[in-house]
Amino acid sequence: MVRDRRAARDGRRAREFEAFVAGAGGRLLHAAALLTGEPTGDTEAAERLLTAALARTYARWDRLRGEDPYDHTRRTLAALFAHRGHRYRHPRGGTLARLTPQERLVLVLRLYEGVAEEQTAAALGLPAERVRAICTRAVTAMRSAAPRRGATGTPPSAGTPPSAGTSPSAGTPSSTGRPAATGAAGTGAAAGTGSGAEAGAGVAP
Amino acid sequence: MSFPDRKETEVRRMLEGPHPALPPDLAGRAAERGRRMLRRHQVVRTVGWLLLLAAVVAFAVWAAIVEPWTAPPPTDTTPPLEGW
Repeated sequence: MVRDRRAARDGRRAREFEAFVAGAGGRLLHAAALLTGEPTGDTEAAERLLTAALARTYARWDRLRGEDPYDHTRRTLAALFAHRGHRYRHPRGGTLARLTPQERLVLVLRLYEGVAEEQTAAALGLPAERVRAICTRAVTAMRSAAPRRGATGTPPSAGTPPSAGTSPSAGTPSSTGRPAATGAAGTGAAAGTGSGAEAGAGVAP
Repeated sequence: MSFPDRKETEVRRMLEGPHPALPPDLAGRAAERGRRMLRRHQVVRTVGWLLLLAAVVAFAVWAAIVEPWTAPPPTDTTPPLEGW
């Protein structure tokens, strides 16, 4: 009797978890690859980071109590990355390769995931002003690295570092990549607005 | 609307690059690891309860044998001083 119920719960959890990863995994892996500073084709460290975060989400699945699993995974991912930040000091390429691990983390949380400034600050254990300053600095660094669009018509490969050369190719397929990205974001954001307050409250103390 | 907003939008567009392909076995690996974590937590919890139970049983047995509540009450006067 108890065994049957446990087996049913395990099966349900496995099915729900698989559906969740199938829906949100791509977006989460992209965020992880931005954090670890890896090019799109070779995301080994990002996969390891994401697997660790997803395993914790799986272990907590029955006790999430209405919290969005996407929120939980993202928070765990950020915490794991902050904990192991020193391992990713030397990024191997990718869009954010020229930033420090902390700048990457703040930029991904604030701009890519759209987490509010206060929640980012609470998750990282920093004052909100500090988060804003890091974000501004990272944005400035990114813009100075990127080739000016339509400035003088020079090809982006002329005299720009290889890390900047990836950004035009990252910019063009956004029209094709956009629907999938917003679709995945929709599930996260829709539930995220509901549980955002309590997620933040959970981190705050 | 303002200047920083436009900058942030620009960087946001940079971040939305092509998504890396999700390895098909990533969900399975994560689930397997999560299952192991759950099992480990369960083992730790079970061992903890067993230890607590053992401690309670040991205390009950000791108390039943020694019966510390039957000891004579302490005297409240000092013994008489003799041979001084």
